[in-house]
Amino acid sequence: MTEQRSEEPGGSATSPVAERRRGLLVLAWLWVGLPFAYGAFELARKLVQLFGA
Amino acid sequence: MALSFLDRSRTVAPPDWSRWLVPPAALAVHLAIGQVYAWSVFKPPLEGSLGLSGTQSALPFQLAIVMLGLSAAFGGTLVERNGPRWAMFVSMTCFSSGFLISALGVATEQFWLVVLGYGVVGGVGLGIGYISPVSTLIKWFPDRPGMATGIAIMGFGGGALIASPWSAQMLEWFGTGSGGIATTMLVHGVVYFGFMGLGVVLVRVPAPDWTPPGTPVEQAGGRTIAVSANNALRTPQFWLLWLILCLNVTAGIGILEKASPMITEFFRDTAMPVSAAAAAGFVGLLSLTNMLGRFVWSSTSDVVGRKNIYRMYLGVGALLYLAIALTTNSSTLVFVLCAALILSFYGGGFATIPAYLKDLFGTYEVGAIHGRLLTAWSTAGVLGPLIVNAIADSQEAAGKQGPDLYGMSLLIMMGLLIVGFVANEFVRPVHPRFHEPGVGGSEGATAGDPAKEGR
Repeated sequence: MTEQRSEEPGGSATSPVAERRRGLLVLAWLWVGLPFAYGAFELARKLVQLFGA
Repeated sequence: MALSFLDRSRTVAPPDWSRWLVPPAALAVHLAIGQVYAWSVFKPPLEGSLGLSGTQSALPFQLAIVMLGLSAAFGGTLVERNGPRWAMFVSMTCFSSGFLISALGVATEQFWLVVLGYGVVGGVGLGIGYISPVSTLIKWFPDRPGMATGIAIMGFGGGALIASPWSAQMLEWFGTGSGGIATTMLVHGVVYFGFMGLGVVLVRVPAPDWTPPGTPVEQAGGRTIAVSANNALRTPQFWLLWLILCLNVTAGIGILEKASPMITEFFRDTAMPVSAAAAAGFVGLLSLTNMLGRFVWSSTSDVVGRKNIYRMYLGVGALLYLAIALTTNSSTLVFVLCAALILSFYGGGFATIPAYLKDLFGTYEVGAIHGRLLTAWSTAGVLGPLIVNAIADSQEAAGKQGPDLYGMSLLIMMGLLIVGFVANEFVRPVHPRFHEPGVGGSEGATAGDPAKEGR
């Protein structure tokens, strides 16, 4: 059975490949997280305008 | 050959690949195709520049939803055979091309091209994209399938959240004439192509001998399930889940479809009437709870079990409808809270169904089975609005006003959820005669009662 030691976030492996994988992980989540945050922010703004006014 | 990049064999993950790279790959696709729920942003400018009626401008959206159901149902087996990268590539190409064809249609004032582009070609992208990451995520997260599919399907709900302000902003920049709409659609096609590209590049399937880290999945000594998509259709479990999804979605759409006029009508003659602006905020709030329910409740199902979470969606959902029917317009807070919870159960029902299917049929062809089950969504998409609108119209014709317009609809929705609740009680593990012989190992799920699945 193949076990993936460095595969959970915060894994302890420090090889260059593991470093690259961590960078890729951050980039990938930012790629989808930033547009999502923009959408959530716009919705929050609308809700505050509508219910907070 | 460049296309060999799409082969399933080329997507097998190396041993050090992180499974946490797969959810963003899935989200890159689902956040993009979720744009379909923001189509309404294009409706007024299209009506103005091409001289269309409201019904005509809704046609690309309606056709896209129909094509979503059809392509998910009929393309599921292809998706299973060719793998997630191929499926995401097809989805990316179709969805983006849909926008490009539509841009051409608007620029040349040929509306049929918009219908063909966004509705037909883009709709195929929606269906293939929707099911593309499901079985892959379940294979990467056998210990948390509800959470994994919840993330992706939450993305579909979140797509409109991004697209709605973004598209509106672009229409403001480029203008709402045919040139401006065409440019906006062109930019959408190009940007979504790039955005979904991350999913195509990043998605990987686990190696056949891969197991998740930490606590091993209960497979040792356990009987594994592997039911093909064709066999699944012969089981009562498939049709029970079909009914459950259909009824849960019908009940949710009942509120979603009429949310704004419903809250306005409900509180029209009270001391605190709801303004049109506040009603729009209520719709936004429902979108948010619909989206959050997809992640929160689906993740919770990994702990409490799939059967129990559907007991909550359907049983508590029915009680919430009853609460609205009984309290009518006595409290805005109770109304908003009940509606928000119902919508969170609606989203949760969508997001948890792939994990429920995995519990019952294994991961062997779960993507294809999920695709076929989505026909329940298409049916509910017609049923829900039909029930609420028809009843509201007849009550209005009878001279009723305010909460009385919706009282009957609320009770019908409650009844539908009770039927769904009963159907859920009949769900049992699939009989071994439907299992594929000689298929198991990591491709299968451990047999067991869905109520106890997913710890």
